[in-house]
Amino acid sequence: MQMHSLDFDISHTLAGGLVLISFMMLYQDRLYSLLNVFALHAVVLALSVAWQAYVQNAPHLYITAAIALIFKAIVIPVALHRIIKQLGIHRDIESAVGIGPTMLAGMALVALSMVLMLRVTADADPLAREDLAFALSVVLLGLLVMVTRRNAVSQVVGFMSLENGLVLAATGAKGMPLVVEISVAFSILIAFIVIGIFLFRIRERFDSVDVSALDDFRGERR
Amino acid sequence: MPAIVLQMLCVAGLLGSAVLAIVLSRSKIATPIIYSATLAASAIALIASIHWLLGDTANATDLTFPIGLPWLGAHFRLDALASFFLVVVNLGGATASLYGLGYGHHEEAPQRVLPFFPAFLAGMNLVVLADDAFSYLLCWEFMSLVSWALVMAHHREAGNAKAGYVYLVMASFGTLALLLAFGLLAGPAGDYGFAAIRTAQHTPYVATLVLILMLLGAGSKAGLVPLHVWLPLAHPAAPSHVSALMSGVMTKVAIYGFIRVVFDLLGQPLWPASVVVLILGGITAVMGILYAMMENDLKRLLAYSTIENVGVIFASLGLALAFQANGLKLLAALAFTAALFHVLNHSFFKSLLFFGAGAVLTATGERDMDKLGGLIHRMPFTSFAVLMGCVAISALPPFNGFVSEWLMFQAVLHSPELPQWALKVTVPAVGALLALAAALAAACFVKAYGVTFLGRPRGVAAETAEEVDRYSLSAMFVLAALCLLAGILPGLVIDALSPITLQILGGRMPIQINEPWLSIAPIAESRSSYNGLLVMVFITISASSAVVFIHRFASRALRRGPAWGCGFSDPTPAAQYSGGSFAQPIRRVFGTLVFHARDHVEMPTPGDIRPARLRIELHDLIWEGMYQPIAGAVGLSSAWLNRLQFLTIRRYLSLVFATLVALLLVLAIWS
Repeated sequence: MQMHSLDFDISHTLAGGLVLISFMMLYQDRLYSLLNVFALHAVVLALSVAWQAYVQNAPHLYITAAIALIFKAIVIPVALHRIIKQLGIHRDIESAVGIGPTMLAGMALVALSMVLMLRVTADADPLAREDLAFALSVVLLGLLVMVTRRNAVSQVVGFMSLENGLVLAATGAKGMPLVVEISVAFSILIAFIVIGIFLFRIRERFDSVDVSALDDFRGERR
Repeated sequence: MPAIVLQMLCVAGLLGSAVLAIVLSRSKIATPIIYSATLAASAIALIASIHWLLGDTANATDLTFPIGLPWLGAHFRLDALASFFLVVVNLGGATASLYGLGYGHHEEAPQRVLPFFPAFLAGMNLVVLADDAFSYLLCWEFMSLVSWALVMAHHREAGNAKAGYVYLVMASFGTLALLLAFGLLAGPAGDYGFAAIRTAQHTPYVATLVLILMLLGAGSKAGLVPLHVWLPLAHPAAPSHVSALMSGVMTKVAIYGFIRVVFDLLGQPLWPASVVVLILGGITAVMGILYAMMENDLKRLLAYSTIENVGVIFASLGLALAFQANGLKLLAALAFTAALFHVLNHSFFKSLLFFGAGAVLTATGERDMDKLGGLIHRMPFTSFAVLMGCVAISALPPFNGFVSEWLMFQAVLHSPELPQWALKVTVPAVGALLALAAALAAACFVKAYGVTFLGRPRGVAAETAEEVDRYSLSAMFVLAALCLLAGILPGLVIDALSPITLQILGGRMPIQINEPWLSIAPIAESRSSYNGLLVMVFITISASSAVVFIHRFASRALRRGPAWGCGFSDPTPAAQYSGGSFAQPIRRVFGTLVFHARDHVEMPTPGDIRPARLRIELHDLIWEGMYQPIAGAVGLSSAWLNRLQFLTIRRYLSLVFATLVALLLVLAIWS
């Protein structure tokens, strides 16, 4: 730990930044700003992965970082931007739960993951420990975003940020093969495409991407 | 050709006839073709297994197919125990096929029965032959499913759908128990071959659990109280020759499973295990026959009587366990032989009685005894065969039922030789229960036979009944003859069973064939012996001389006069002794405790022209106290869980999220 003091601090900072940006995501009530925060999330992730590649001396991680940067920081946010514009929902304000309770819940989740991970991985590499704890926080916060939002687009964003947490966990551990990361990245991409298509289908049918329209539809049939 | 290959060819023939039955499904000739095919296959398998059992049983033969689990394969093995149960299965199969040749013509939807009948026989053969846990469970499930299909053959009749449902639930429960038992037997190493399980050491803890699971699994299939509830519903629902197979043979396959695991695979038993088996057997015997006594439906009565006989067999097995645990090999062999002998006997007379009930059903369309009566005049041959069956099942000499029960009581009388006080007390108590059951069985079958076949017809159906066809009659008479033969030549049967006791227990009963005049002496002639032939000769001579005496001398002074009508000038047939009235004394004695039975007499007030009515209130306490609460709890919880079907997407997400957080919390607190 003494040897890698600076390495450790930088990766710690980047991972912590990821958690912080996840918190920022929690209180965005405009879709465009949510997307911007998500893009920032992906950029920090790419930085963190690139730093890991440098520290672990694992060049294949640069590819992961590039994938994160290109797809998650640029392609997906841009695509979502266009979807929002096409759907004309950029003015929507939506959140199912108030900001205060959401933030409190988020803090509790981060505390939980810290307590859990630091205890469970007591005899692991300290860098990996911190990384895993942050990654779990990001995953849980992503889930929290999905749960507290009504709009299908913001649920997609929550899902994507959840996946960022997975990538963070995967790169934190040494020796994770590239194949695993790439396959995770592609599965997320495919999930994004499928969800995107579904968004339009939902919109066509219900004139809204508010998922409560789906519930109403089921309610009629019941 | 090794014996097992021949058995497997017979099984293949049976499966082939099942396929053929589907091909022929709606054709007229399907019924005779299929039953002839199953008759031939079962007869060949029967002769082969008898030949093998009487011949060289020291060398068990194996057969392994490269199917099933890739690292295991499907093992089949023919040893002495398996060959005995093959005899039981195929004898039942052959006689049921013979009976089906005639009875099958009355089937309104033969395509519902014909494909499943041979498959059912094949399944039972395969269960007995299986030599690894995987094949055993697979064949067991196959047998259960096919028999379920047969139960559902007449699914539109009232109650049959419920019977099928209850059967399916109980069969799944039983298989689950068996699955867990074999999982425990295989242990962490996970070798599911019976050979490996047999050589492995089992801790007492595992052995106890396996015994309990086998009592649940095999016991629910065999009909141990309180797991018997499906049996009186499902067995009568099937066509009669299938009822005969289910009652006479399939319960024996379940007993085979119990013997195979508890006696063969588990190794040396522990004596407390025998107490459980003994008590369960005794209670099952008494409860089964009490239920039967209360029943007025002929086929249901027979099904309940099956429960009684299963109880008797389990009690004998419990005795064998007790003796074996204490190293008393001769006595263990005696009790075990009694159990196997009773297995054989019960398959004879229960099949015979179900065939008789089927014949009555064909002739009258009635199963309710209180609408029958006087059939001895209309169906003399059926009546005679059923009478033989009733005498045999009531354990009266010189028939076979007496011999096996006598052997069992001989074993009970040796209980003082057991060292444990718990057994010294339990065994005579269970013996008393079994004696009570035997006496009640006799009363029950006097009722069944008397109300159905004697007296005067209680309805048009019984008045106009016609004797059934020759195939059905020949099947019944074959079984009746076997009942008598096994009763007067028990020594032959006991000697044929000795290779099994040698294989399973390592001991055997003395050779009986050398005893003079075909008598049997289970331990030594000085202690006890029985001679069926002598008893039969005595009964024949005394009965015929009594008949001659009465007809020659007593009836010579012939007088004609009005019959004394007990004060009623013109009694209608409905005023005869009915099933309910016959059962009344026993209902009064036991019913108030066991069934919470109440008689309600509704007397009309003077001047009212309403008839007086006697209403009998019976409660099945096991059903009401055990099964209904379970069913209620399942219903409540599923109604509650059903709400989960209609949540919003966000609620589902929240549910997943909450579960994840809860699990993480558990981990955080516990680790």
